[in-house]
Amino acid sequence: MHTTPTDVLTDAYPEDEFMADLLRVTGGATDQTLARMMIRASADLPRRMNRFGVRFQPSIRGTLHLARTNAFFLGGGKALMNSAYAAAERSDVRIVYEADVVGLCIRDGRFESAEVKTPHGTEAITARTVVLAAGGFESNLEWLAEIWGDAANNFIVRGTPYNTGTVLRLMLDAGAEPVGDPSQCHAVAIDARAPKFDGGIVTRLDSVPLGIVVNKHGDRFYDEGEDYWPKRYAIWGRLVAQQPDQIAYSIVDSKAIGRFMPSVFPPIVADSIRELASTLGVPAGTLAATIERFNAAVRPGTFDHQTLDDCRTEGLIPNKTHWAQRLDTPPFHAYPLRPGITFTYLGVKVDERARVVLNGGLAENIFAAGEIMAGNILGRGYVAGVGMTIGTVFGEIAGRESRDTAARHARHG
Amino acid sequence: MADVLTDAMRKAEHEMVVCNACRYCEAYCPVFQAMEERVTFQPADLTYLANLCHNCGECLYACQYAPPHEFNIDVPRTLSRVRVESYESLAWPSFASIAFRRPWSATCAALAAGALTLAPVARAFMARATNKPAAFYDVIPHDVMVTLFGVIGLFVFAAIAIGHRRFAGGANPGDSRATHKGLRHGRLVSRQRAVRDALTLKHLHATGEDCVDAEEQRRPWRRWLHHCTFYGFALCFASTAVAAIYHSVFGWIAPYAYTSVPVVLGTAGGLGLVVGPAGLLVLDLHRDAALTDASERSLGFAFLTMLLLTSVTGLLLLVFRGSPYMPALLVVHLAIVLALFVTFPYGKFVHGIYRGAALLKFRREESV
Repeated sequence: MHTTPTDVLTDAYPEDEFMADLLRVTGGATDQTLARMMIRASADLPRRMNRFGVRFQPSIRGTLHLARTNAFFLGGGKALMNSAYAAAERSDVRIVYEADVVGLCIRDGRFESAEVKTPHGTEAITARTVVLAAGGFESNLEWLAEIWGDAANNFIVRGTPYNTGTVLRLMLDAGAEPVGDPSQCHAVAIDARAPKFDGGIVTRLDSVPLGIVVNKHGDRFYDEGEDYWPKRYAIWGRLVAQQPDQIAYSIVDSKAIGRFMPSVFPPIVADSIRELASTLGVPAGTLAATIERFNAAVRPGTFDHQTLDDCRTEGLIPNKTHWAQRLDTPPFHAYPLRPGITFTYLGVKVDERARVVLNGGLAENIFAAGEIMAGNILGRGYVAGVGMTIGTVFGEIAGRESRDTAARHARHG
Repeated sequence: MADVLTDAMRKAEHEMVVCNACRYCEAYCPVFQAMEERVTFQPADLTYLANLCHNCGECLYACQYAPPHEFNIDVPRTLSRVRVESYESLAWPSFASIAFRRPWSATCAALAAGALTLAPVARAFMARATNKPAAFYDVIPHDVMVTLFGVIGLFVFAAIAIGHRRFAGGANPGDSRATHKGLRHGRLVSRQRAVRDALTLKHLHATGEDCVDAEEQRRPWRRWLHHCTFYGFALCFASTAVAAIYHSVFGWIAPYAYTSVPVVLGTAGGLGLVVGPAGLLVLDLHRDAALTDASERSLGFAFLTMLLLTSVTGLLLLVFRGSPYMPALLVVHLAIVLALFVTFPYGKFVHGIYRGAALLKFRREESV
């Protein structure tokens, strides 16, 4: 939040508006005390992060209307991490790379040691306190399959392959209280040609509202013109996940070219619908019929990509309620879509000092930060940038509390 | 300019497509801002972007798609390669482009040619003289010097102008002449901004912090050492110009007093040309090799070495101009200067020409 324009944000994003956004997207699945704490702490975040060399950009031109609510990291997330690691190294923090936490020794609600696997073998690291910041389980395909079945095999993981949820599961097994919807993940529709892991931002596709989306049988299945980004963005992942083989195709004609952010993968281009269908492997007869029905149902209107315009269809199931234009100007362009999973919601419950709730009580020396506890605030849904805010605010809290607790233990022997 | 897509250009095109879908580096430098104005990337676009890149390195370390990611994005190094290829394809006459592939051979050949031209002249001239040489022109006659450097200077100027024209023509296809008054004013403003960008090396600290030597290491040295080099060179040039006026207008014959304008300018410039190139050599030797293509590194090393040799021999000549070593030092110094001159259109020197033109194009596009 911020109350006046800053160097990296325009206008104001008041506390209550932020809170209202959060309540709306989560449908109330948020711990309001923690949420308010986070929102208040976010006001001064850019300045505090700046001290560690983190820089923000003035505003991204290519992104839609986010300059008021979102400050963007200069260079993105990896640049942020580089700054954070460099700051840690300057403070003589020892960083061990290629190290997996494979076990936690917790006795009577107290952390004693972590079993860490490195290329040199497995060792137990004892400590007075521990901060768990090990993410969710979105790159653990077996875990995903427990929830979504075989469909999970066709999911693409947008981020790192290392978010396997090992620490999350260890904690839940040790009696940590779960929080956040265990059966849900945040998924968007991305280009099906994306790498299995780590395709990141460039695999997103913005072409959906400019044309139609069909499944592998050549049928439409949802209103492509329902809403703007980011609401649209957030629902299409699940929509595609529900289609046979978790694949769909966004089809536009040449009128749409240049109206959406360039994609990293080239479009599949054809001069006729039949040719396009055969390239995509979609039944040509069905696709042609789908488009014919769609074109016949388009009502006249004034196309305006920037507003919820009056271009719509009538008499279709489902209708396209905005930005509906006939697909009649070859060449036709298609992009294959798959669900791209961003993060999972399941986490461990924490208190306002970031202490983990364990077996009904509070673990006195176990703290959590980031995606592993984001479900406390974001039980479902998404507000752009909230994951980074939760991670940063609770990272600070967990770090401070962990330091103070360790110091107290050191004094008392 | 060649329109063939080289491997480096193909890689650059792939990288620009990925970058254009990401855009998180937008605020780092004009390369990404110019990229966003484009949807496709033709060889002329890639040549322009490559020459706009100052090789600051920020975008490599920020990139989540950098190796070992399968997208294999390393914009600084790829553009570095495209840049050297553009130097080659823009060179006139075209056979001379081989110098960009073999910078050390070209440098040595130029040095040999310089020495082989000047040494015999000096020997023949001094053999005819009766007394010991006291002034520079007792070693190499003034007319010989002027003729030699004049002819070579004209050739060098022509070669650079042709390269520049090829670059600007390729980078601005169909660029019509400004007829409208407002447009002309806009062009003047663009030019002023571009000149300021070039003279201040704005894009080596475009984000308010300096460019990187390696991950999260931002230090001002590269910028300051480049300033020493550039302004050192400018002072030496000014020194020569003043000396030429002294000689031709006032008839004052070199050598001039230590406190004279040409010597003061030349000494200051010479010192800049010692500190700058020596420092840049050290920095570049330690700089992360992932940031620059090997071919551009060699070009840089050869050019910096020549600048350093020029300044060191120039300063030695200044110190020992009254000693018996003067004739030998003079011949060595002039041979190096001659070689430096001849290799201007065929070495790292051209980066300034094309960078300047790219900066101007960026400011013009921005004002449209």
